[in-house]
Order: sequence, then structure tokens, then C-alpha cells
Amino acid sequence: MNFLYQNIYYIGAFGLIFIGLYMAAAKKNLIKIIIGLGFIDTGINLFLIIIGYVQKGTAPIFSKPGLNPAQMVDPVPQALVLTAIVINVAILGLALGLAIRLYRHYKTLNVRKIRGLKW
Amino acid sequence: MIFIILLVIIMLVGAIVSCIFEDLLSAVIVAGIVSLIAAILFYFLQAPDVAMAEAAIGAALTTAIFVFAIKKTKRQEENEKDN
Amino acid sequence: MRKIISFILLIVIFVGIYFALAQIPYGKNKMNVSKHYISNGLKENGAANIVTSVVLNYRGFDTLGEITILFIGAVGLGMILFGFETKKKDIKPASLILKTGCKFLFPFILLLGIYIFIHGHLTPGGGFQGGAIIASGFLLNYLGCSKKRISEKGINIIESLGGAIFIVIGLLGLFLGDYFLLNFLPKGAVNTLISGGIIPLLYITIGLKVGAELSGIIYKLME
Repeated sequence: MNFLYQNIYYIGAFGLIFIGLYMAAAKKNLIKIIIGLGFIDTGINLFLIIIGYVQKGTAPIFSKPGLNPAQMVDPVPQALVLTAIVINVAILGLALGLAIRLYRHYKTLNVRKIRGLKW
Repeated sequence: MIFIILLVIIMLVGAIVSCIFEDLLSAVIVAGIVSLIAAILFYFLQAPDVAMAEAAIGAALTTAIFVFAIKKTKRQEENEKDN
Repeated sequence: MRKIISFILLIVIFVGIYFALAQIPYGKNKMNVSKHYISNGLKENGAANIVTSVVLNYRGFDTLGEITILFIGAVGLGMILFGFETKKKDIKPASLILKTGCKFLFPFILLLGIYIFIHGHLTPGGGFQGGAIIASGFLLNYLGCSKKRISEKGINIIESLGGAIFIVIGLLGLFLGDYFLLNFLPKGAVNTLISGGIIPLLYITIGLKVGAELSGIIYKLME
């Protein structure tokens, strides 16, 4: 039980990465593969924020003039994740544009049947 | 503490359910719910900036662009047997 | 067959990752660089929000790279979906509740987005969050009101101007001092609206640019 209390956040983040990788590797529909890529992004962002957590810390904002700067959580991973979230939505938009273009050409979204590359 | 364990269990069950469904519209809506629960977990880890960004971008805009892409391609199911 | 093999491979990979990452303690204080940022951030910048001063002052060059990647993504999407438009008679008109609600709610959503990115250095918020809320407002406008639609040329002009003004402010820092993105305006009193040097100006340009970019992506996918 103590193991569960200490590692519950890690189980959540790595469970999401596991399910996202499985969907990207073993599914047949193209839209399901792109949903799996979205899950991988969310899991990695959660893992980065968990690393910067300090027990009994507060958010890094000086709202009152007398806050103790030795009890704040790490602000550098939060800046990294802020950038990563916005870039991921642009990548998902580009992937869906490619999926729409593929559907118009091949009339199907099954990745086993789209075999246009012939050497 | 029990609350956080319940939230993580609901998030993982939602991700598995989104993998199993055959109707693409339902799978996309459950993916939006997973993003929203991740935003709540960001708040419990003392990161309010990141929680606001994930709630606005992950739960609203990502679901919207998925629905537009499904409207232009095949909506319903994916039960095409592989041979 | 493919499902069973991929499942077993993933279990092997994740057991290996667990043994590699089990040494990281959870909740201990591991900051080395952030000690300097937290202790001296308020004196050197004047902004109350430490995450804002890290994103825009200590790591401002990475924000410039992120803006470039967003721009490339939006341009690439416009090039892929070029020349495919739905006919006008396929679009059904919206219902009465959506039409009335859209007319009332659209200015308030814009006001909320602008409030969030103007106060980025005092409260949690900033340019990216405010831009996403503005894009949600434009999505509501496109779905509900069919008569008055915001033109697309204006949105493209706002996006380009936002990126150009960010680079001009950075080059002004290069000419007036030592390095690109130097903080050359005076820092005011802590916790007031005009404080922090050039940080509020940079966040205003980033907020307008990101909002216009995400609205452009949604417009292009909807046609």
C-alpha cells in the first residue's frame, strides 16, 4: 500500500505511454493511430512535471511579498511543457491534413491496403 | 489521496476504452475526457500555468479538429477484416 | 499475431525502463539551476510570475524557435489542403439556440482571452493560454453566426505582424545593449500592471500571434 501511495503518478504517466504505443503499433485505422500519438504526448508531459515536484511545495508565483523562496516547486520543467503542448497541437493538425488527403486518393483508411510505394 | 488514486484509475480505464470502441466519434470524445483529467492532475502537482494550457488546448481544440477530420472521411466503423 | 508480439515487446521495454528510472527519488529537492532563478528572479526582472520570467527572459530564444515551428505547421497545412472546398449547398444552417448564444457570447470570450494574456506576469496565464481561448471564440463564431463572419485576410495580417514585432523588439535589444532580447525598459514596482520591462509587450504579441494561428488552422480544416 505504501508503494501505491508513493508511485501513483508514475503509474498513470507510464500507463498512458504504454497504451499510446500499443495503439500506434497494432491498429489498422489511421485515425486510431493518430489518437495514440496524442496519448503519448499527454503521458510524456505528465512525466516531466512529476520530476520537478517537491514535497509540501507551492506554485512558483510571488503573490504575497513574504513567501519563502526555498519551498517552491521547480519552474524550469513547467516552461518546457508549456512549449511542448502548443507544438503538439500543430503536429496533430498537420497529420490530420495528410489523412484527409490520403482518403481522397485511395478511398479507404486501412493502412494495410494503402501500398503506393513500389520500388 | 484516495481522490487522486480514483482519478488515475478513471484516466487509464478511459484510455483502454478509447482503444476498443469501433465508432470513431465516441473514441475521440473519450480521448478529450482523458486530456481533461490530465489537466486536473497538473493542478494537484502545483503547476497552474500548465493546467490552464492543457485544458484549453487539449480538451477543446484537439477534439474539434478530430471531429472535422472525421466529417470529411469515413465516420462509422473500422471492422474491415484483414486477410 | 501482430497484436500479441507488440504486447510482449512493449512489456519487455517497460520493465527495462522501470529498472533504469527507479533511482530517481520522488519529491526530493533536486534543483541546481532553478535555485538561482527563484532567488534572483524577482530582483533581475520585476515580474512576479517566475515561470513567465523563465520562458521570456532566461530562455527567450527557445520561445522564438517555438513560434517558428508553429508558423511552419500552419503554412504546411495550408499547402497540403490547397484547392479542396465543400460546395455551399452542403452546409446546413445552425439552430436558433446556437445563433442567439453565439451573438451574445463571442465578445465576452474575446475579452477573457485578452485579459489572460495582458496579466501574464502577475497571475498564472500568458500568451499561449490566451491565444487558445481566442481560437475557441473564433470556432464558436464560425459554427453559429452564418451572416457575419470574420474575414480571413485580417487574421493572416495579424499573425504576420505579431511575429515581425517580436523580432523587432529583440533586435532593438541588440542595438541598444549587449545581446538579443535584452530587457531595456525600466522595471517598475512589483505586482503592478506596468512592471517587468519588455515582458508584457512580448506576451501581447505572442498572444495575438498564437490566437490567429490556431484560428487559421481551424478555418482551413473546416472548408
